[in-house]
Amino acid sequence: MKVIVNVFLKEGVLDPQGKAAHHALHSLGFEGLNDVRIGKQIVLDIDASDKAEAEAKVKEMAETLLANTVIEDYAIEIA
Amino acid sequence: MKVAVLRFPGTNCEFDTQYAFEKLGHETELIWHEETTLPDGVDLVVVPGGFSYGDYLRSGSIARFAPVMKAVKAYADNGGKVLGICNGFQILTEAGMLPGALKRNNNLHFISKHQTLSVVSNDNAFLNKCEKGEVLNIPIAHADGNYYIDEESLAQMETNGQILLRYSDTEGNRVVVNGSVTSIAGVCNASKNVFGLMPHPERAMEAILGSEDGIRMLQGFEA
Repeated sequence: MKVIVNVFLKEGVLDPQGKAAHHALHSLGFEGLNDVRIGKQIVLDIDASDKAEAEAKVKEMAETLLANTVIEDYAIEIA
Repeated sequence: MKVAVLRFPGTNCEFDTQYAFEKLGHETELIWHEETTLPDGVDLVVVPGGFSYGDYLRSGSIARFAPVMKAVKAYADNGGKVLGICNGFQILTEAGMLPGALKRNNNLHFISKHQTLSVVSNDNAFLNKCEKGEVLNIPIAHADGNYYIDEESLAQMETNGQILLRYSDTEGNRVVVNGSVTSIAGVCNASKNVFGLMPHPERAMEAILGSEDGIRMLQGFEA
């Protein structure tokens, strides 16, 4: 089963890469841009009998390794 | 004093660290990351700098699961002293042995230069040979040194004397180097036996190489 984990810095934690990209887009003339956040997308292929089992497994992986919950939030998407 | 220096794939400051402690007259031993125990009679464990596991995912995030880290955690839980320098600091925060986290520098650059630091707290097993407010000249070399801690925890750490060092100018005024919360360069845990800092005291052991301020820092552990 394919599972996607999106990891982003928490709201309120300054994202230096997002800020730099925001600044660059602004310099290139793109208007109406309010915010840019840069995160990571982790795509997993796992064995699971159903979505609930997959979600539980991946949640544990995210909490243990994939995200640092001191500064990051994560969201799990099951394809 | 007997100093255990950890070594992960990608560590590159282990020999400088050995040199520094041996110059001060101490015995050192390199400990490979697959070891599950520390040698008997170790007085200090150093997690040195480098790029363990290529800094993949997040700096220090994979090294914290190396077998040796279980032994280091048990050693620290038992009151043993642990010092993390640069990547070692990142590993100790990832392991939850030190509060906070280290993010990408605010200017996104790898910063490599001599930097002045102010001693914030010296009431601990590390900086006791330094004066409070003293300015030290120590090299920094990192891309992920932007220390983050939430405000509530920061206030507690200030009260407990857990803020060890801040980036400053030569007069001791805080300066922004990498975006760290309140310019923090080094911290310790609440029990004051686990220490972490981004600057490299082991690279400041010889006046001819720019600074020997690292000597007094590392000598603190002799007390």
